[in-house]
Amino acid sequence: MPETAEQGAPTAPPAGLGELRRVAIVPALNEELTVPRVIGELRAFDPGLVVVVVDDGSADRTAEVAAANGALVLRLPFNLGIGGAVQTGFRFAFEHGFDLAVRVDGDGQHDPAQLARILEPVLRGEADIAVGSRFAAEKGGYRSSRSRRVGIRLLAWIVSRIAGQRVTDTTSGFQALNRRGIALFARDYPHDYPEVEATVMLLRHRLRLQEVPVSMRERGGGSSSITTLRSIYYMAKVLLALFVGLFRRNVVPQEETE
Amino acid sequence: MTPLAVSIGGALASFALVLIVLELIRSHRLRERYALLWLVTGLTLTALSAWREGLNTIAGWFGIRSYPPAVLFAVGILFILAVLLHYSTVISRLSDQNVVLAQRIALLEQELRQGESASGGLAR
Repeated sequence: MPETAEQGAPTAPPAGLGELRRVAIVPALNEELTVPRVIGELRAFDPGLVVVVVDDGSADRTAEVAAANGALVLRLPFNLGIGGAVQTGFRFAFEHGFDLAVRVDGDGQHDPAQLARILEPVLRGEADIAVGSRFAAEKGGYRSSRSRRVGIRLLAWIVSRIAGQRVTDTTSGFQALNRRGIALFARDYPHDYPEVEATVMLLRHRLRLQEVPVSMRERGGGSSSITTLRSIYYMAKVLLALFVGLFRRNVVPQEETE
Repeated sequence: MTPLAVSIGGALASFALVLIVLELIRSHRLRERYALLWLVTGLTLTALSAWREGLNTIAGWFGIRSYPPAVLFAVGILFILAVLLHYSTVISRLSDQNVVLAQRIALLEQELRQGESASGGLAR
């Protein structure tokens, strides 16, 4: 078991990280207030990490602020939605030959100090993707609206049934991936509300997923992209996608030729 | 009462629509986002065609005594209008985005050419 990091306390990057080319993908939409802190914390966690901020058509100064703080900025000409934004980051990681990618949201709810724990299973070669879960721990520090929690749990239950593996948090964007994970997501990534479908996609492509308990912080700014009304639409869309996905033949990606 | 042949034909045709939409999603030719409205259309029409008493009752509400399947047409047309309107909004968004893309490419090309001439116009 990885040693449990003290919450919020910076932890040293795990051993074996040094030789790998690694990138942090930070999707951000109108996040000029929180993005500098996220970039700073990522740097503090691991100075060798290439930080790529994907600006998903922000109306504020997200792109300028990110560039001024030393991040590479991929600026989308208009809003693609979270799925399209994140996939831009995966494409970048794939085409530039990165071995390892972490995904951290630009709103500050993911604490980069906890990346050490999320990276562990991937670095040990036990998982192709490791996901920080708010619900994997006995008591999570995660507070959210009741309907949202119910929705997340319901999706987790359905995904667990489909995937044949217990998944507790299908909506977490706090992730670490190896080259196989990067390659899959660079090629194909779901669009809106993508993490649920992505989880099923991963497992059906026979990639190994592990969840790691984490706690998430209150959002540092901005508002959640998911409002109550939209969540009904998303729920219908995601359930449809999951159902149809059952009838897709999924190619198991070949091992990368190194 | 609706002629039985109309009920059977309507139900089969509407259900075929549902199956075709599902197959299009499966083969990645139709996005879920754009399929939802079609699916609701297909399922509603299937239900109305198959549930003959229901169709009769609904026709009764609107004072249609002579030919209940008229309700099927009305509902079908309503959904087609909804789909068309939805597509109009989608096309509007796409054409807006297309303009932005063209503009970004023009700006990038200009930057690229400026960079080339600054470095002595070196061709690869």
